[in-house]
Amino acid sequence: MTTTIEPLMRVRALEKRFGEHAVLRGIDLDVMPGDRIAILGASGSGKSTLLRCLNFMEWPSAGIVELAGQAIGRAAPGKADPDRRTYDQAELTRVRQRVGMVFQQFNLFPHMTALGNVMEGLRTVRGQREPEARARARAELARVGLADKADAYPARLSGGQKQRVAIARALAMDPEVLLFDEPTSALDPELVGEVLRVIRSLAEEGCTMLLVTHEMGFAYHVANRVLFIAEGVIHEQGTPDEVLKHPTQPRTQAFVERHREFDF
Amino acid sequence: MGAHYQWNFAPVLENLDVLWAGAIGTLHLFVICIALGFGFGLVVGLGRHARTRWVYLPATAFVEFFRNTPVLVQILWFYYALPILLPFEISPLMAATLGISLNSAAFSAEIYRGGITSIDRGQAEAARALGMTPAQAMRRIVLPQALRRMLPALTNRGIEIFKMTTLASAVAYVELLQQGKLLASLNFNPIETYTVIAVVFFLCLFPLVQATYALERRLNRSDA
Amino acid sequence: MTAVHVWNFAPVWANADLLAQGLANTLKVTGASLAFGVPLGLVLALMRLSPQRLLAWPAVAVIEVFRTTPPLVQLFWFFFALPILIHVEMTPYVAAVLTFSIQSAAFFAEVFRGGIVSVERGQWEAGRALGMAPRQVMRRVVLPQAVKRMIPAFLERAIELMKTTTLVAIVSYADLLFETNEVAQKTFRPLEVFTVTALIYFVVIFAASTLVHGLERHLAASGEGMAR
Repeated sequence: MTTTIEPLMRVRALEKRFGEHAVLRGIDLDVMPGDRIAILGASGSGKSTLLRCLNFMEWPSAGIVELAGQAIGRAAPGKADPDRRTYDQAELTRVRQRVGMVFQQFNLFPHMTALGNVMEGLRTVRGQREPEARARARAELARVGLADKADAYPARLSGGQKQRVAIARALAMDPEVLLFDEPTSALDPELVGEVLRVIRSLAEEGCTMLLVTHEMGFAYHVANRVLFIAEGVIHEQGTPDEVLKHPTQPRTQAFVERHREFDF
Repeated sequence: MGAHYQWNFAPVLENLDVLWAGAIGTLHLFVICIALGFGFGLVVGLGRHARTRWVYLPATAFVEFFRNTPVLVQILWFYYALPILLPFEISPLMAATLGISLNSAAFSAEIYRGGITSIDRGQAEAARALGMTPAQAMRRIVLPQALRRMLPALTNRGIEIFKMTTLASAVAYVELLQQGKLLASLNFNPIETYTVIAVVFFLCLFPLVQATYALERRLNRSDA
Repeated sequence: MTAVHVWNFAPVWANADLLAQGLANTLKVTGASLAFGVPLGLVLALMRLSPQRLLAWPAVAVIEVFRTTPPLVQLFWFFFALPILIHVEMTPYVAAVLTFSIQSAAFFAEVFRGGIVSVERGQWEAGRALGMAPRQVMRRVVLPQAVKRMIPAFLERAIELMKTTTLVAIVSYADLLFETNEVAQKTFRPLEVFTVTALIYFVVIFAASTLVHGLERHLAASGEGMAR
């Protein structure tokens, strides 16, 4: 009997409205273990919103998100909206312990050292004791190449270093899926490379990740799947070759042309 | 715990005329102190902005002294101490007015100063470049813009002044709280009397406080 | 009446001990009110920020009532009205501490709330994204940053409190102002006594104020770095 691999994450008919404005109009997505999914799209296309729905920083207006086969939230059908689901803070907190996020603005805790930042999740969320958390945090910082900056405060770090600490902080939680929300968009160009190198090495180690990014060259080399989002739906998806080199949809073609900075 | 207290507002409501006299006194004092406080405060605020030491230092001394002493102390000083230096009587109204106005002038001077300095230097420079005198530049260009910014702080100060009028009861000036004291001692009903006084102040000030919040929000939006 | 007053501070010095005791009592009332007011202010602020209406609305009510009514009216109510209502003896000291604790708490609550709200959303999100419960995010990430920013406003409020507590003299608590009045009546030298008292208040409060401003500048210099 063959064992089929279950998707780590499954999204069905995901919708998100802000007031009257519909940002996501029906997204279906399966995230398999080891997937490196690059999500591209114009500003306002909904790509960040999609990512933020996956760890419930935004609550879906309709649709279901499943993590490891388990649907998050409870069905609460109402007369106005038969597909409504309700979400419980405690459950979402648990989801976020399994799905990590790296932010565009890093969002490091300025009152803690780099080591403190990486340890924070382990101590406060996992309840680990100080020595174990500290050892693990050091290991993660070494993994992103910042072992020597363990005792530095974020104010003393460059943008690239801050983002790498942020990645270490997320990694320390052993997430099943790691979400990157435009991780290099806030960085000076010369600092982008060090962060991309770290993300690439994570990808090579088999980390399951979704990346919202503008770095198309990076997406081409690191991702195994690319999604192009337009007007709240997945306009085109496929391998990097398919979407970035030979897009079939005119809209995708236009986007790729506009953002092409160099040949892949 | 003893017997449950029976609230009885009748004695208070029957004496509304007494309270009304107090309300008039409160408003009277309030208006005078606003006018004097904000008016003199502007003078002192501009003085703080002056370049000559002979203007700047006294203005600063005034502000520092009246901001860092309690209003009640000032009122009592004007009521008990000043008459000794002067050949005439100081009435409760005068003492309260002097205390509250000078105190408010000191605070509003700082508000004016902050507002004026918050206006880009370039504005004053552009005005001078057009050939305006410093006074014209201040009057026509800088102050009008600064006043808009200062409005929330000034309204807050106004609310504080309104609350300060109750201190005039310490020198037996006929304002709302003073009349409350009178009624409470006559009818032996401090609970109802002081509750009514508190409610009256709350009803008067709450709309002003809310208006200040709304003002702040609107200014934050338009300034951004 | 003589044309020019001859100043004579001797009677003031003679009663310096009474004034000193008064000053001590002023500091006592201020200190006690701060000790209760600050934690109460934090509680009120957290209640006000709570998404649960059952917590937020009472907090809003307390804060608004105590910020919108004159402190003297509050003091009178607590000193004259409350004892009858709940059948307890009320001393001026207890009434004063009770009044000014709650009154200052209402103002501190707004300072706390301002500080907490000023911490960027990104910090909240980062904490939540790590899987922290809201209470953990508040305690470990937001409050530590908020407190640092609030310290100047907070200390200014504390100095305001020192000025507000002079009201206790009106209900005959033996603070500096009350003793001043006593000494003035005793020595028939109100000018000298009240002037000395005004100067004492000025020196104490000005010194405190200067310290606060120095601290503000120090925090602004180093704190800006932290806030990044």
